[in-house]
Parts: sequence; C-alpha cells; structure tokens
Amino acid sequence: MPYLGSEDVVKELKKALCNPHIQADRLRYRNVIQRVIRHMTQGLDMSGVFMEMVKASATVDIVQKKLVYLYMCTYAPLKPDLALLAINTLCKDCSDPNPMVRGLALRSMCSLRMPGVQEYIQQPILNGLRDKASYVRRVAVLGCAKMHNLHGDSEVDGALVNELYSLLRDQDPIVVVNCLRSLEEILKQEGGVVINKPIAHHLLNRMPKLDQWGQAEVLNFLLRYQPRSEEELFDILNLLDGFLKSSSPGVVMGATKLFLILAKKFPHVQTDVLVQVKGPLLAACSSESRELCFAALCHVRQILHSLPGHFSSHYKKFFCSYSEPHYIKLQKVEVLCELVNDENVQQVLEELRGYCTDVSADFAQAAIFAIGGIARTYTDRCVQILTELLGLRQEHITTVVVQTFRDLVWLCPQCTEAVCQALPGCEENIQDSEGKQALIWLLGVHGERIPNAPYVLEDFVENVKSETFPAVKMELLTALLRLFLSRPAECQDMLGRLLHYCIEEEKDMAVRDRGLFYYRLLLAGIDEVKRILCSPKSDPSLGLLEDQAERPVNSWASDFNTLVPVYGKARWATISKYQGAERRGPELPNTASFATSGPLIPEESKETGQELPDSGALTLVPNCQLTAEYFEKTWFSLKVAHQQVFPWRGAVHPDTLQMALQVVNMQTIAMSRAGAHPWKAYLSAQDDTGCLFLTELLLEPENSEMQISVKQNEPRTETLNSFISVLETVLGTIGNIKS
Amino acid sequence: MISQFFILSSKGDPLIYKDFRGDSGGRDVAELFYRKLTGLPGDESPVVMDYGYVQTTSMEMLRNFIQTEAVVSKPFSLFDLSSVGLFGAETQQSKVAPSSAASRPVLASRSDQSQKNEVFLDVVERLSVLIASNGSLLKVDVQGEIRLKSFLPSGSEMRIGLTEEFCVGKSELRGYGPGIRVDEVSFHSSVLLEEFESHRILRLQPPQGELTVMRYQLSDDLPSPLPFRLFPSVQWDRGSGRLQVYLKLRCDLPPKSQALNVRLHLPLPRGVVSLSQELSGPEQKAELGEGALRWDLPRVQGGSQLSGLFQMDVPGLPGPPGQGPSTSAPLGLGPASLSFELPRHTCSGLQVRFLRLAFRPCGNANPHKWVRHLSHSDAYVIRI
Repeated sequence: MPYLGSEDVVKELKKALCNPHIQADRLRYRNVIQRVIRHMTQGLDMSGVFMEMVKASATVDIVQKKLVYLYMCTYAPLKPDLALLAINTLCKDCSDPNPMVRGLALRSMCSLRMPGVQEYIQQPILNGLRDKASYVRRVAVLGCAKMHNLHGDSEVDGALVNELYSLLRDQDPIVVVNCLRSLEEILKQEGGVVINKPIAHHLLNRMPKLDQWGQAEVLNFLLRYQPRSEEELFDILNLLDGFLKSSSPGVVMGATKLFLILAKKFPHVQTDVLVQVKGPLLAACSSESRELCFAALCHVRQILHSLPGHFSSHYKKFFCSYSEPHYIKLQKVEVLCELVNDENVQQVLEELRGYCTDVSADFAQAAIFAIGGIARTYTDRCVQILTELLGLRQEHITTVVVQTFRDLVWLCPQCTEAVCQALPGCEENIQDSEGKQALIWLLGVHGERIPNAPYVLEDFVENVKSETFPAVKMELLTALLRLFLSRPAECQDMLGRLLHYCIEEEKDMAVRDRGLFYYRLLLAGIDEVKRILCSPKSDPSLGLLEDQAERPVNSWASDFNTLVPVYGKARWATISKYQGAERRGPELPNTASFATSGPLIPEESKETGQELPDSGALTLVPNCQLTAEYFEKTWFSLKVAHQQVFPWRGAVHPDTLQMALQVVNMQTIAMSRAGAHPWKAYLSAQDDTGCLFLTELLLEPENSEMQISVKQNEPRTETLNSFISVLETVLGTIGNIKS
Repeated sequence: MISQFFILSSKGDPLIYKDFRGDSGGRDVAELFYRKLTGLPGDESPVVMDYGYVQTTSMEMLRNFIQTEAVVSKPFSLFDLSSVGLFGAETQQSKVAPSSAASRPVLASRSDQSQKNEVFLDVVERLSVLIASNGSLLKVDVQGEIRLKSFLPSGSEMRIGLTEEFCVGKSELRGYGPGIRVDEVSFHSSVLLEEFESHRILRLQPPQGELTVMRYQLSDDLPSPLPFRLFPSVQWDRGSGRLQVYLKLRCDLPPKSQALNVRLHLPLPRGVVSLSQELSGPEQKAELGEGALRWDLPRVQGGSQLSGLFQMDVPGLPGPPGQGPSTSAPLGLGPASLSFELPRHTCSGLQVRFLRLAFRPCGNANPHKWVRHLSHSDAYVIRI
C-alpha cells in the first residue's frame, strides 16, 4: 500500500493529467483518472489534483464524468473555493439532453456537502422535480432532503413541501417512496410526513407496484394513519392481506406490524395474523442468512411472551444444528425453553441434554441454565438430568449445574431432597467463584440433610488463605454460621478458626467486617443468632408468577419489526438514549427522565430488586400544588382516559402510599382513612409540558382489586402510558412490601 | 436508512467504504478499499443507494447504470453453491455445463451478445435431519429453492413445468401415487400462476440475472427414504481406557445415484490420544482433529454399505466406576453429523419436467438450457 511517498504519486498523476497527449487519448485519460480514484479510496490524500480533475469533468465520456464527480464529492469539503469552479460544469450538465447525465450531475451537486452550495442547487432541484425522466425526478426528490440538511435547522420551505406532497402522485413508484423519505427528513421537527386519508388510500393502491424495499417502507409510514371507521379499517386490512404472504420477509414483517397496530382493539384479528405469519417466520428462522435467522428468532421470542403455546408444535424447528453460529444457538435454546409444554417436554429436554456436552463451554452452560429454567415447571425430570450431568465431572458443567441447583432449591423447595443427594462429591470439580459460592450456600442452608457438609466446608476453611475471591469467603462465613446452628458439634472448632482468620489476618475489609459482625452476633447469644439468620424469608413464588405473566400483544406491537426485539427493550433504550443525546449535542438539557432523576423507589423497597421501567419522555414536575376545589372542578369536567384494575391484597396503609407517591412527584389530594370501606384516594400530577394527570384509586371491600381511573387534560396516549406504568410500579412496590 | 457502508476484510480493514449521509463522523478506520473486490463494479452503489435510501436492487434497472465491465471474483466460500458447480469432476452425463459457467457475472460485457443465450435452472434442497440413538427419526426438514439464472434478454417468456403430482399442504391430493408433498410454497412476485393449479406450470418473464422463482418447505414426512443410515456400535473398556467405535454407513439412495464429498464428524471424549483405523475402502480417510473424529468418503454409491473400525485410547476418562468392556457410550461421544451433496437428487422428489422458452433468438442457435437438481445437507445429525 503506497501510504508513503504520496507526494510523488500526486506529482506524477498531476503531470499525467496535464499532458495534452493523454488528454487527447480518451482511454489513457480515463485510466489516469481511475488511478486517482483508486489512490483516493485507499486513503491517500489526492486533493492536490483537484484543479486538474475539475477540468476533466468537461467531457462527453459518461464514465469519466462519473469518476470525476465521485472525486469531487469526496474532496469538495476540503477545497470549497475550487469546488465552486466545478459548479458551472455541473449546472450545465443538469440540462443535458441525456437524462442519465442530468441525474448524475444533480446527484453529485447535492452531495457536495460544502457551505454556500445551497444557492446553486436550488434551481436545478426545482427543475429536476419537473423533469420528464423519472430517474432525474428520483434524484431531485432526495436532493430536497439533502438541501434541507445543508441548510441546517432553518425553517421549512412550504412551497417545496407542497411540491413534494403533490409528487406523491407521481407515476414512478421510486419517486413516490423517495418523496415520503424526503418529506420525513424535512419535516422531522414537526413529527415527519403526515399521512391523511387521501394519501393513505393512494399509497395503499400503489402498494402492488412498488418493489419490496418500497413496500416495506410504505407499510411503516402507513402506521401513522388511523382509519376513521371500523369498515375502513377492515377494508385496509383486506387490501393488505396479500402482503402477509409476500416472499420478502421484510414486507411480511411490516405488514404484520401494521395489522397488529391497526387491529389493536380486535384481539382475535391479532391472533389470526400471528397464526398466518407463523409459516414465513419459521421459514426465516431456518433461512440460510444467519442475520435474518437471528432477527426472526428474536421476534419469535417476542410473540411467545404473549402466546406461549404459539410455536409449541413446531419445536423441532428450533433444534440447533452443529454448524450454526453461537448467537443463533443461544437464541434457539431460549426459544425452546419458552415453548415447552406437556407434549414436547421429553423431546426438548433430550435435545437440550445433548447440548450440555457441546464442545463450546458457553453453549453447554446456556443449555444447562435452560434446563434449570424448565425445571421450574418440570422439576423431577430436569433434576434427574442435571444430576446425571454431575457424573461427567467436567468443571464447566459442574459449576453451572450447582448454580442451577441453588436457584432451583430456592424456587421449588420440593426438589431439595434430590439436590441434597446429588451434591456430595461435586466440590472436587468446582474451581470458579460463582460455582463455589453456590455450593457453599447450598451446604450452609441445607447442611443438615447432607451428611458430609461440615467436612466439605472444613476443606474450604483449611484453604481459605489461598482463596482468591472475597465473595467466596463471605459466603463461607455465612454458610458456616448457619451450619453451626444445626450441627454445632461438628462446626464449632472450624467456625472459631475461620472467624479468627477473617478478623486477624484477612485483608479484604468487607470480609473482615462480616467476620466481626458474626463474632459480635455470637456474643449476643445463640438465640439472637437464630433470630437473625433464620428469620422467615420472603415468598419466592410471587416473583416467579410475575415473570410468567403473559403480556398483551398491544404491549409490544409497536416494537415489532424494529430493533427492539433484537437488542432487548432495556438495552435498546440505553442505545437510543445515547444516540439521541449525541444527535442533540451537549448544550441541550437532557430531558430528565425517571431513570436519571435520582432515587425513586423508597429505601425499604429496594430489596425487592424491582427496577422501574424506563418511563420515556415523561417527567413529572415536583411541586404541582393543586387545591382540592380546582381538582374537583377539573375531575368532573374531564372524561376517563384510562381505567384498569390492579391486583391488591389486604388493606392499605395510607401513609406509606402517600410517601411513595410523593417520591415520584404524585400529589395526594384526598385519601380515606386506613381500613375504610370502600377505600378511595385522589391523586394529581403534572408533567413538564403542563399536562395534568388526575387519578382515582378505589378499593372495594369485597373484591381484592384496586380500580385505577386516570383523567388527563390533554389527550396524549404515550405520556399517559408512561404515567400509568409509573403508578403501577409504585402500587406494585407498596403491595409487595406489605405482603 | 443506511448512513455508511463498509465491507471489511477478515483483518478488519475496510474494503469498501461509502459515506452516504456524512452525519456519522467520517472515515476513521477506512484504510483499504478494494474497488473491484466483488463482481459488481464500484460505480453502481450510488444507484442502488442514494442518501442512504435503497433505490432499487433490480438487476434490470441497474444494468443501465453500470458502465464499466464486471470482473469475476474468485469464489471465496466453499459453500457457495454456484461455485460447487458440477460437483467435483463428475462428468457421467455428457450434457454438462462447465462449472464456471454459472458463476459468470450476468453483466457480461456488452459486446459478446452472441454467447449469452443460456439459462440455468437449479432445484436446490437443504436437508436437516435428526435421528435418535435407537434409529427413529426425530426431525426432518427440507428447505427447497428453485433458482433461475438467465442470460437471455429481459422479458423473454419462459414456462417451467414441475412434477404434476406436486401437492401443497397436508390435505391436497393429486395423481394416483403418493405424490410429492410440501408444506409451504412462496413464489417470486413476477411468477404468473394461471397454469399452476391445473398443470403445475410456472410462467414468468424473468429479467436478466438471478432470481429465486420458488421457495418451499417440507417437514416430517419425506416421500423417499433418508439418504444415509448409520449403525454405530461402541465398545468401551473402562479399565484400560480403550474405546472402540465401529461405524457402518448405509446409503439408501437409488443404485444409480451417488453422494459426494461425504464427511462424518464424530465428537470424542476429551483426552483421546491415538487412533487406529480399519476402513472399507482405499479412497477413504479418517483423522483426529479438534476433539473429533473426521471420516471423509469422497464418493458413496447408492445402495452401498461402508464401514470403519476405529480404536482409540482415552486415558483417565472420568466416569462412574466399573470394570470390563461395556457397550454404553462414554459421555462426550457423539452425536455424529454428516455433510454431503447429492447431485441429481431431490429429497422431496420435486423435479422440473421441462423448461420452455418462448424466445427465439434472431439467427442464432437455440439457447442452452441447463436444469440441475441438487440436495445437500444442512445438518444431518445422528445421536449415538
């Protein structure tokens, strides 16, 4: 690669370009220009020959023109003054009789990306919009967007926008789609292109003429249109029915999303569509293109969240083949885990068992975790498989199996006996921190059922000096103290040794403090230790049930056919937030969303480990002081925007609730006393745009549900949804604490 | 919408770089650019994409914009089917296209119009199979495609006749025999289906270039027997750590057909050190590598039976205690997977009956028509 000596190369090429003999010979001239381009694309600075290249643009040879324009688009931002010289030629070419030349010149001119070019390109673009040739019109339409981008954030040219809207009726399908793209960019500040009834119907009628790229994009734009009547809605769905069977997966997915969104009030239509799309999705899942396959699998998982049985009969399609890459195998294992039912559990488990001995340790571990997930429902079979795996005595397998056991014993206490029988012997095959912690935990909590538990722990105590992970030492302290309570005679001596080591020799402060704490706790008497260490634990089944709750289709329909299922909701929120901040630039204040507005969950609820959902753009103003009179007046003047029931158990503690609501900036206007029947509360909140949310909570004595009614003074569904999710989180947290 | 476009080499160097919108920070890593890496010359990309928006990917449209001549790139993927061409050196039939013919770029130079009268029609099936250790079939999955590559002038009409007993869906019944049944079919949007219901004829006017005419899938019941059956027997002496694997491979293809490039891949327990082998044929080869046994069979004739006896030492293989030889497989052995190609064979039984062209070239000879059938393995796994 000639990185060095580029000056010589430039000099030589310059000479060649100026040589009249070469200029006369078209082929040789073109060759030299090609060399310039080649060096340019290899990263050499070729801006030195700009003048000569501009001269070369005055030619009838279209290939040469193309090459020179490519060169100019690359270096125009570096040499704006010289590039202005080329404008003349470009302008002339814009009125060339050959449409190809016209289009090429117009496209190059719009791509120059240098200050001051706007005034020159305006007229050619306007001419181009009315050109006879569709190729030129296509270029000109996109040129409008480029021009707008060059202007920076100046105001929108109304006449141009009108012209683009009228070009939506153009004969050429690509012009139509380009118009949509261009308008979308120009009107970005105002929320993008508006799809009203005539435009929507026009686009729907043009759909069959578009190519698959255009179809997929138009389907996306049509999401913005809301049919007026049910009749119109079903007409549209009928028109689009064929696209669910399109041979392009992109079009199928786009059409599916449109169906799901349009039919959001008709769950049976949504289910029908998901049944129809099953075939194409499964085909994409076994596609030769790995990327397509991966995206399809992510969407399958999304659908499974709402319709758990949807793909159960096709479970074999999700068996992994040895040649597939890792990321696809992992997705397939997740899918298998989710579609298990009584009929296929045997086959699925057998298949997963095969993966556990895979050469790739990561994949094997993922398969073991998957079996652990299935074990929550089919405990006995899975525990048996996991126990057999311990017999392999492979380090990477044993450690994951023991971790799975730890979680399982916690979630399904009925399998404790089987796990305790399987444990002896596996300490020899565990080396990593996670595995050791899991094993030590199991030995501590269920040590009274494992005969050799004290001796295994004794080995760990013996080797504690060479132990590298502080977390293991902490776990060891807790486990040994627990075991001491149930088997004091065997443990007393080594507990003393361990405490001595941790207090006198240990260098890690956390371990030392824990040791000191236990030491002092023991001084307080054995009853006190028992009270603290063996106090009742929270009921794990609650969290499990919440996980498995089916999500309605509408909760993810708007994410369908986007990157959200691929990245996962939380990760995508982080990515898009980061990108958004980058786009806006640092000087704009970050619209503080709930995720960044400091501690939100009351202190005592943190241990439930529940994270607040990202509430998007909603920001509630802290000091929204509303008088009771004003609240009452507004309450009666508004309609209920949202109503739902929320599961609730037992009575309400008004103080706790009020405090928690205050933390998220919801003000309590009025509230019944504790124990009143029916119990009611009125809340108000206001977001940063001035939108008011008025809420009524109603708890009837006979049923165990909290009825929530929300009124809003501006009809904005997105913020309403965020508001409701915040409210739900607060209520859920409070409910959890009490139970 | 695409902001930038890169093609990177395996070392991470950018090979093709295009900044469509100039909003993503420019080229900081782009150092290498191989303009003519692919068969497509570099100057078409602004036509496919403008300002990051896909304009068109139709070959027909693009052809008008491409001025430079295409350079054929060497096939860089072993699994690229078009380059597999005629399956090694098999030339039993005389009417065989040269293997490079199909990988020739469609956008050949404008001058040699005369050589372009060729049509390639490939029926390609990918087979994924899972067989349990007791020999029962757990999963069969066939993904089929009919691909057309046409060098004829655009718009020339052609008709493709498929097997008449071709049924779509579980319920349809055609002909008197068992029929050829597929679960799902999707066609390219340019295919006209008037005669499909009655005579199973696809009519289309393909643009010059490549096109997937039809895609179909078939799972669970296969009309023909599976191409391969494996009968393994394992002897394992725990005491001495000696592992003996006897593999018998039966090819259930019709006697006239054959399978090519058959390779059996058998993962072995960790720590296998030596291998001694007795193979049934001289052209076969077996070796150890990456914790697995690889047994290569360049050619397997239909109806034949091959065997291999492999003895390995596995010192210190952990397992439940026990002495003496046993027939149970040690943990970590298997499952075996096979990869192969089956020329002139489709697992679904689908055949192209005829390919008729309405196009008559002026003065020239009839266009050459090449119809090929091929099945190959996607994942053919046999548990042991």
